[in-house]
Amino acid sequence: MAITELKTKQSNLFTLDRCTAVPSIIGDSSEFLIIAGLSGTAKDIGHLTEESPNAFLLGGAMGAAVTMALGLALSQTDRKVLAVFGDGECLMNSSSLSTVGFVQPNNLSLLCVDNGTYGETGNQLTHTANNADLEIIANGSGIEKTMTVTSEADYEAASNLLRDQTAPTFVLLSVHQGDPPNYRRNFDAVERKTIFRRHLLS
Amino acid sequence: MSKTFSGQDTWAETLYQTLRSMDTTLFSYVPDAGHGAIINRAIEDADVTTVPLATEEEGVSLLAGAHLGGIRGVLLMQSSGVGNCINMLSLTNIGRFPLVSIVSMRGDYGEQNPWQFPMGQGTQPCLEAMGTICTRVDNADDVAGATQAAVNMAYRSDQSVALLLSQKLIGAKPF
Repeated sequence: MAITELKTKQSNLFTLDRCTAVPSIIGDSSEFLIIAGLSGTAKDIGHLTEESPNAFLLGGAMGAAVTMALGLALSQTDRKVLAVFGDGECLMNSSSLSTVGFVQPNNLSLLCVDNGTYGETGNQLTHTANNADLEIIANGSGIEKTMTVTSEADYEAASNLLRDQTAPTFVLLSVHQGDPPNYRRNFDAVERKTIFRRHLLS
Repeated sequence: MSKTFSGQDTWAETLYQTLRSMDTTLFSYVPDAGHGAIINRAIEDADVTTVPLATEEEGVSLLAGAHLGGIRGVLLMQSSGVGNCINMLSLTNIGRFPLVSIVSMRGDYGEQNPWQFPMGQGTQPCLEAMGTICTRVDNADDVAGATQAAVNMAYRSDQSVALLLSQKLIGAKPF
């Protein structure tokens, strides 16, 4: 999408409910190895997968999700790897998009759940609530296959883009400030790491 | 195919060969003159994946992800880059992810740029505060043994280990 088109889309943002949009776009989560960013997206993915062994949920280390998923993609070239993270996390380490753009892994897809706020700390506005556009940033970082989801009509195309086998992809999902699913996730990173590796490597 | 370096870069070839002999296949880095020979060596190696990073902390999470997927890697950075990694080492620490960092020191023995001293002198305390074990390497004769020790501590014992290559080893950049 051209940058001029991207800049005109703002009025349609922040209307979808993440609790239905994220599961609809991801579809069958067993098709992916998943890294979820801290806070809301960890709950999105924890609830969706019931913390199946193919999902690792971050609980801190804000900004880790994209490059952790890149490392996983480079080590598991026959699997599709999906990173799911919020706009706050992406803004904190947006340089990692350019690292993905440099490497061009064809088995890595990125899903950014953008609600324009830091949901965990009281819904203070992030930069995407004003002028920052993470699809443009991803595009300008060398990730050519991108789209922004602003309505249910976009779900099928987004689901297909996450399953693209030819290049890294970036889907920006605009959602309202409603809470993520109420899910009590496992915070034991050693246990989750061990389960993930045992399931994948043995 | 083996390629050797001349003069002071002999230790760099030793370091590279030791990492490769212990199944290190993912080399991530923010470029630094002290690592130049190793980075070039990795780029030339068809059996190695190289990932240039925009900031050093990306390498910490990159290598955690690579461990989930079953391969070994290394993070090459200058001492000033350690400061960029501090909070990301939370992931390494709480998940007991193995991590081998090779840190070329600035603000150290013989430094001539005063701006390098704050982070150079803070490098080891910062790493240790976040649970990374530091080994300082001053002599070329110690490079092979220290590298082997670091990889074993990381990948057999799930530790974060940093080799601090001092300016006694790599030389101080003239200004």
